[in-house]
Amino acid sequence: MDTPALLDLIATRLPGVALAADEFRGDLRITVRREDLLALARLLREDPELGFTYLENLCGVDYLGRQPRFEVVVNLVALPAARRVCLKVGAPEDDPRVPSLTAIWPTANYHEREAYDLLGIVFDGHPALSRILMPDDWIGHPLRKDHPLGEEEVAFSFNQERIYAHKPFAKE
Amino acid sequence: MTQIFHVSAPQEIIGPALAGKTETMVLNMGPHHPSTHGVLRLVLELDGEIVVNVAPDIGFLHTGIEKTMERKTYQQALVLTDRMDYLAPLSNNLCYVLAVEKLMQVAVPERAEVVRVLLTELQRVSSHLVWLGTHALDLAAMSVFLYAFREREQILDLFELVSGARMMTSYFRVGGLAYPLPDDFLPTAAACIDSIGPHIDEYEDLLTNNPLWLERTVGVGVLDAEAATAYGLSGANLRASGVSYDVRRATPYSGYETYAFDVPLGSSGDTFDRYQVRMAEMRESLKIARQAWQRLKDLGPGPVITADRKVAPPPKSEITHSMESLIHHFKLWTEGFKPPPGDVYVSVESPRGALGCYLVSDGSPRPWRVHFRAPSFVNLQALAHMAKGRLVADLIALTASLDPVLGEVDR
Repeated sequence: MDTPALLDLIATRLPGVALAADEFRGDLRITVRREDLLALARLLREDPELGFTYLENLCGVDYLGRQPRFEVVVNLVALPAARRVCLKVGAPEDDPRVPSLTAIWPTANYHEREAYDLLGIVFDGHPALSRILMPDDWIGHPLRKDHPLGEEEVAFSFNQERIYAHKPFAKE
Repeated sequence: MTQIFHVSAPQEIIGPALAGKTETMVLNMGPHHPSTHGVLRLVLELDGEIVVNVAPDIGFLHTGIEKTMERKTYQQALVLTDRMDYLAPLSNNLCYVLAVEKLMQVAVPERAEVVRVLLTELQRVSSHLVWLGTHALDLAAMSVFLYAFREREQILDLFELVSGARMMTSYFRVGGLAYPLPDDFLPTAAACIDSIGPHIDEYEDLLTNNPLWLERTVGVGVLDAEAATAYGLSGANLRASGVSYDVRRATPYSGYETYAFDVPLGSSGDTFDRYQVRMAEMRESLKIARQAWQRLKDLGPGPVITADRKVAPPPKSEITHSMESLIHHFKLWTEGFKPPPGDVYVSVESPRGALGCYLVSDGSPRPWRVHFRAPSFVNLQALAHMAKGRLVADLIALTASLDPVLGEVDR
């Protein structure tokens, strides 16, 4: 199914949904509002003519200085034909929330946790949204453009007690 | 409909246990553990010896590669990609370089594409040898470990011959290869490729019909096609469950559509199938490497990087007499090349699965955002599903058969 047919199908099945679609370097990208994300995602997965059953990638991008500041990018594959589509959803700085896709593609679980951990994008409906790469007591979201490329303070014997007092295992 | 289990976060197991609300035992495995294939912490919820739930706790090897790359020029950032999946640095290099080339629409000379295929396939063999050795070692078949690493030495020696480094090669550049091939590359590569095939047969002799091996792997950690797709598995893990998704076939790159090779598939999705699929993949990789070798020989000598001086530096010999070359060199080293604004996603078939690179450029010499879709990171989600109801010893076999590399999981 070529791009115009795909977009027509979406327009037919989801008439109220406003989309922006473009092709860049041969890839189709569809920008959708976060209110319409779940409906579009379900259609892409369940419609027998589309069948995007494989979520290959989900990540966040911080476009500091642009409205909306955050963007979640989802790369989907329809497995037998290996057709690819890219979904983009924006989230504003003051309300960085996007619906979670875990209920539709369970593999989104870890991807969304990473985007939350590193960028602070909250995924509504995620079963266990928590930090995954950074230590649990980390404050801030490292991949944001206004977060420094810092480091974690190294624990030597003279400062070990002070540092470990704040760690989660101090209570165990 | 297969039941897809929720992948727990470690706190979901630890919390109730600390509060005294569970009948099960919570045990910590790792991050220092010889069988977790790196700094992986597994929080186990056990009922005696039976696993009720497993929650991977990762991030111990997180070094902020993606954030660091935002501060480097595109060529500098390449060096960081080696360190993610440290058992297949060339695959990481290739994924990143293909993404930049796609964004900039740089044409790569055929010679460079053929060498990329040759080296990446040998990288796949070398990575699978480590997988085989460590998988067997975890299940107490210790000789296989030593034999596999002996074979791998030859491949590492070949990488050292072309790039100067055994592992962190950074041998690919945007537009081709970093350095021209040495004169003894073809005979050395031929000797390397030809010698490994019979050794793979030796490993099969030791393991495939071995009753001890079969006891530990057949029927262990069965994952059907639907579950494997739902958890986002890729690579041999997905194909062992019967789903035929290989990025080299689905979205071919570097000329893979012109090589003759099979994509091995399993049927039951158990540990034994994952083992068989990877063994067959090693043989297919050697097949592809031989074809690439022949093509390289037929192409003869010539350029291995694009002639576009805005992207690839001129040879040093030109700089002494050409002002233009000097200026190009200067601009590339002080400022770096500037891709057009935009974003692309490219995925390659690394030994671990579908390795993807999502690259966003704002038109400056430094990437705005680089995200690597690490197959090991996603594959870990299937661990709980496979281990439920099985013994702790099976968990070791399952972690090994998923073949995670923590550098890639954590980045």
